[in-house]
Amino acid sequence: MTSETGVEAGAEARVGARHRATGARMSTGRAGDRIFAGAARGSGITVLAIVVAIGAFLVWKAIPALQDNQANFLTTEEWNPNAAEPRFGIAQLAFGTVMSSLLAMLIATPVAIGIALFISFYSPRRLASGLGYVVDLLAAVPSIVYGLWGLAFLSKHMEGISDFLNGVLGWIPLFGGDSPGKNSIFTAAVVLAIMILPIISSISREVFLQVPQSHVEASLALGATRWEMIRMSVLPYGRSGMIGASMLGLGRAMGETIAVAMVLTFVPGINWHILENGGSTFAANIANSFDEASTTGRGALIASGLVLFVITLVVNMAARAVVARRKEFA
Amino acid sequence: MTTVSTRKDRPGASLSSISAGRRIKDRTVQALVYLAFGLALVPLLSVLWTVVVNGAKRFDLTFFQYSMNAVSGNDAGGGAYHAIIGTLEQVVITSLIAVPIAVLTAIYLVEYAGNGRLGKVISFTVDVMTGIPSIVAGLFVLALWLLTFGFDFSGFAGALALTILMIPTVVRASEEMLKLVPNELREAAYALGVPRWRTVLLVVLPTALTGMITGIMLAVARVMGETAPLLLTIFFTKAINENAFSGPQGSLPTFIWEQAKDPNQNSIDRAWTGALVLILIIMLLNLAARFVAGRRRPAGR
Repeated sequence: MTSETGVEAGAEARVGARHRATGARMSTGRAGDRIFAGAARGSGITVLAIVVAIGAFLVWKAIPALQDNQANFLTTEEWNPNAAEPRFGIAQLAFGTVMSSLLAMLIATPVAIGIALFISFYSPRRLASGLGYVVDLLAAVPSIVYGLWGLAFLSKHMEGISDFLNGVLGWIPLFGGDSPGKNSIFTAAVVLAIMILPIISSISREVFLQVPQSHVEASLALGATRWEMIRMSVLPYGRSGMIGASMLGLGRAMGETIAVAMVLTFVPGINWHILENGGSTFAANIANSFDEASTTGRGALIASGLVLFVITLVVNMAARAVVARRKEFA
Repeated sequence: MTTVSTRKDRPGASLSSISAGRRIKDRTVQALVYLAFGLALVPLLSVLWTVVVNGAKRFDLTFFQYSMNAVSGNDAGGGAYHAIIGTLEQVVITSLIAVPIAVLTAIYLVEYAGNGRLGKVISFTVDVMTGIPSIVAGLFVLALWLLTFGFDFSGFAGALALTILMIPTVVRASEEMLKLVPNELREAAYALGVPRWRTVLLVVLPTALTGMITGIMLAVARVMGETAPLLLTIFFTKAINENAFSGPQGSLPTFIWEQAKDPNQNSIDRAWTGALVLILIIMLLNLAARFVAGRRRPAGR
């Protein structure tokens, strides 16, 4: 199916359409059928129109602010769109977004895959779905609650961890810096990691469920231990699925707003020392600056939201492409 | 069972004995995998515990009966009545808009689209929509409803933003359920001369209904906790505004956000209680969804 050329696929679609058209003509003649089919089709097109409109309106409303901008939108670190001479750029926001969500992905992926392995292969069969539900509960907790928890509870405990990491790994520039704090990009990344655990683990579990039982049984029959079975038949089969899952988690982390906005303390400028207080992300900046934003300020925020939209779109599409490729080979 | 135990008693004696190195590796991985699951439980339990402990302080009648009108951050008392009303109204409006569109879209994708190009494009669009960050949905409503059409902040604007987040989840859940309906049911209906739309409405939908209700309830629960788009669309108010169509309205997530930013302990206590109420509603919805799903599984499973 998928290997067919576009021409053939197009021809097939046309034939299919003709079939449906004749079928519709045969069965209908009744108004009800036409109305219902029209409503279903119309809803589908509405969904399409919404997504197109999102892109179009963000671009349209961002342009005036971008024209007023006195600085380079892509490379400037400061965010001052409300001044008489508005100067704003996304460099710091892009850095914070990418850094915090990449870290979150790196923290969450191994744990999430461990959870998926535990539920699929280690836990008692009868408990499996219940345990899956427990992990899904993590996804049910709203992000504002994670933010509150991160601010009041986690950040206190992160101070010690940050100090420790700074002491032991301080020679790595990323973990360096003089004053490790509790409202750092690292703390935000930990909160994000917790929030994206469920999506990564549930997609990985789905992939593991599709591993052919014969592969599993074959390796066990050859005397493999459980780990050897997983390493030789489950992980190779599920590799692209797991990569796709963690990329979907990355996309989710990039768009996360409130939890990050609550945990991070805004300090201007890019800071490579991720253990020090400071940093901001696209989404957190929008939530924090919206109250005081002027007309240009709102336009600037919309422009930064547009960039976020495009980045998450690319990441999500790439993730879905990776997951879909696995299906082809399956 | 017995063979396993004898093998353990006399290691190395039986044919399937495993060298120490391999066994250690196996056990290590097993320990790591158990640890991973334990690691996931730590934040879950910690979040629930801190919310319950801190939220219990202000979990009183005042909280449910009064708004924050004329209550400053430093004052004790005050409540989230305006926020709870707002959240419920917004979620109801969201569901009223999103569910019909989403269910009809799912019906189109499963029943009508076949292999056609439009179906593929719409399916792709739903994927795109799933990945839209919630703040971007808020920005879109801001750009369209407030800046272009010139409407004021309102609960309805918030509901529009939430609709964008709710549609893709409901479409995907409904699609899954509709696909599970066995084709024989449709064919039987067609064979009896039932027109297509009545087949879908009276045969296919009822079969998939419980599963779809579960999906819708989970989507409602998810949307209810969204904060970011509401900040840009309903704005803030401390007063009770029962009209979702005019003026800024409260909501539980923005209530928590506002109270948590205030450094006074009384405000922070209110934020925790707000979080507790929000989590309770969401967990109830989740449990109810499970209950509905468990009671009657759709045919064909």
